[in-house]
Amino acid sequence: MLASLTTSPSGLEQLWFTLIGVLWLGYFFLEGFDFGVGTLMPFVSKDDLDRRVVINTIGPVWDGNEVWLLTAGGATFAAFPLWYATVFSGFYLALFLVLAALIFRGMAFEFRDKREDARWQFWWDQAIFYGSALPALLWGVAFADFIHGVPLAAHATWTGNFFDLVKPYALVGGLSTLSLFMLHGATYLGLKTEGDVRVRARAIAMRLAPVTFVIVLAFLAWTYQTARTMHHEGLVPPLLPIVGLVALAGVGWLVRDHLEGWAFIATALAIVALFTTMLLNLYPNVLVSSVSPHFDLTMVASASHRYTLEVMSWVALIFTPFVLLYQSWTYWIFKKRVGRPGSPKDAPKRKIKV
Amino acid sequence: MNTFLAGISTLSLARWQFAITTIFHFLFVPLTIGLGLLVAILQTAFYRTGDLAYDRMTKFFGKLFLVNFAIGVVTGIVQEFQFGMDWSRYSTFVGNIFGAPLAIEGLLAFFMESTFLGIWIFGRGRVSKRVHLASIWMASLGTILSAAFIIAANSWMQHPVGYAIDHATGQAVMTNFWAVMTNSTFIAAYGHVLAAAFLTGAVFMLGIAAYHLRKGHDLVGFGKAARVAMVVTVIMAIFTMFLGDNQAKEMEVQQPMKMAAAEALYNTQSGASFSLLTIGNLKDNAVFQVRVPHILSVLATNTWDGKVKGINQLQKEATAKYGAGSYVPVIWLCYWSFRIMVGLGFLLFILGGVALWLIRKRRLEQSARFLRFATWMIAAPFLANTFGWIFTEVGRQPWVVYGLLSTSKAVTLISPGYVATSLIGFTAIYTLLAIIEIGLMIRIAKVPPAIETPAEAERVPELIY
Repeated sequence: MLASLTTSPSGLEQLWFTLIGVLWLGYFFLEGFDFGVGTLMPFVSKDDLDRRVVINTIGPVWDGNEVWLLTAGGATFAAFPLWYATVFSGFYLALFLVLAALIFRGMAFEFRDKREDARWQFWWDQAIFYGSALPALLWGVAFADFIHGVPLAAHATWTGNFFDLVKPYALVGGLSTLSLFMLHGATYLGLKTEGDVRVRARAIAMRLAPVTFVIVLAFLAWTYQTARTMHHEGLVPPLLPIVGLVALAGVGWLVRDHLEGWAFIATALAIVALFTTMLLNLYPNVLVSSVSPHFDLTMVASASHRYTLEVMSWVALIFTPFVLLYQSWTYWIFKKRVGRPGSPKDAPKRKIKV
Repeated sequence: MNTFLAGISTLSLARWQFAITTIFHFLFVPLTIGLGLLVAILQTAFYRTGDLAYDRMTKFFGKLFLVNFAIGVVTGIVQEFQFGMDWSRYSTFVGNIFGAPLAIEGLLAFFMESTFLGIWIFGRGRVSKRVHLASIWMASLGTILSAAFIIAANSWMQHPVGYAIDHATGQAVMTNFWAVMTNSTFIAAYGHVLAAAFLTGAVFMLGIAAYHLRKGHDLVGFGKAARVAMVVTVIMAIFTMFLGDNQAKEMEVQQPMKMAAAEALYNTQSGASFSLLTIGNLKDNAVFQVRVPHILSVLATNTWDGKVKGINQLQKEATAKYGAGSYVPVIWLCYWSFRIMVGLGFLLFILGGVALWLIRKRRLEQSARFLRFATWMIAAPFLANTFGWIFTEVGRQPWVVYGLLSTSKAVTLISPGYVATSLIGFTAIYTLLAIIEIGLMIRIAKVPPAIETPAEAERVPELIY
């Protein structure tokens, strides 16, 4: 009955830690390029039509991508209630900022084209840029805080404030995810667009790749230098981060040689490697306390009881294949590159007032 | 900041925040559910008949559906995360049980509605007509499923079943998932909420069609839309009332205090009457009342002379069971929100009935006054939904999980400054969103669709967004 009082993790708890990890990985892999595309939009576009091309590359899929976050949140609530409760109340203001950003960004995609008014579209473009860049930064800050430690006293009591979350290490973590997602977005645009936008996205990817490599390398090195829980679970030797860094190092070359599909796979691999490293670093904790190791919030202490985990496992086992199937199918349906409408005759009749 | 906030507790700020964000979110959700189904019906009619009028209506209402859907989605993200932010002690207590339907809702419903809606928006002309039609039905099914899981979660708070208390951690743990998903409260509430959502969509569609019929725009198309909407309005108004009445019997057994609060019935009574309205003090000093004999007993117990328990007696029972304290919710709020909900429900039934009568008499298009009235009535289902939830949630107080956890013990132990910041932030953002959203909806709703040739109707723009 009292599984939560024993200290050795059961298989079910490990399974759910893994599944939630996979949900986050899926979220960052998918919404990672959405965020990147949104952040790069002002830099790869020369006019309104370009911006529309950029938005249309993620138009059919961004909402489905965001559901990975909702499902990760729901699964954490169900499988590790204390983790959910502690993180979301502790990261209160940071989470508020993420939510505000996601609200404006999501509305922007749907609302932007509903009025042919340059000012209306200008403001929604701002929402897309800031609404993409801010979460891309803040998710990295949050995950860095998870492993580097948050002000957690006994019984998962939060003792710090907002500024305890924005330390140099966490900021480097945030810059890693921001630059990585931007690079991921650039390789996605290279894969999904044609014409000038594609050319600009490639140019940006080649310039961004070395910068991203340096930031991520710095972050990983710092992580190995300081993180308290790094000694286990295959992190020594650091095979996984090395794979990620090699992939990242290759992005520039792949883009230059027009291997756009491989470039996208490389940025995806880098994202997966980075977050897997962080999650493995965290295990078997779910939050590290900066006050004392005694107050680390462990996976076992925060887990739901066996029965809940069993029910959830069955539901996940039965329905996840369908979700993966139809979501992949969407990408297949919309696999064509997006470009500016071909000839003036075919172009949608819309006047652009500037 | 701290002196300003002195005396304002985290609890009251968190309650205001939950009320504001949830009411706002649920303005859009029922319309998404209702309009999703209606758009699917319109598109099916076009698929079956090839009549371009249905195609125009599908596109016209589809656009409104999408604008509304977007705001439902983005405000829904807040819903999922604010349990952890403001109600972390609640989240820890209920996570074993409450978290499961939330996670399953994401996996089963949110993926379905968002993915298939993406296919519907971008797939016109890119996927086959059959797949395109299937995608709106799948999206609609997703919205209907998502309501099931969230109502199941809420119903557990109203009437906890299938659980045990782990005394080592103080948490509620799930012992029977099937019991949670077949909770009698859930079955009753889900039907009522779903019928009300379809009613909301139908009244919305009827009201907008009425506007254009009055202006003489696309009489064929809007005439058809009005007919579909009218049928759904009548059927769903009946279902909503019938299922709501059914809920009242459950309530008298499971939460008698809420039922007593709905009538401000202070003392237990047999053959209790129902007051349509009260002027003056609800407790003991009513200046003027209109009462219908026996109706409260019928509502609560289905019998003419059934005994309905009063607030005073229930308070006494509750202190004996749970210890000292007040177990009485805010009576005036329960009393009036119940009446507004029920009254508007009846009004909507009459609206549907009159529309039905006018259509049978072939006079709908000429009845300018009725058409104007129908357009104004768009507000009614939104108010009824809102007051229905205010009644349900306020009537459960002081409990957040009925009989198990009081609201005051559910709130996060955090400085009021944080909650005040997010409360002000969300209120400002939501006010802005409401202005933008309503402005855009009215703008789009006022522009009648262009009459197209079959070739024009098939044309697909290269860029959708």
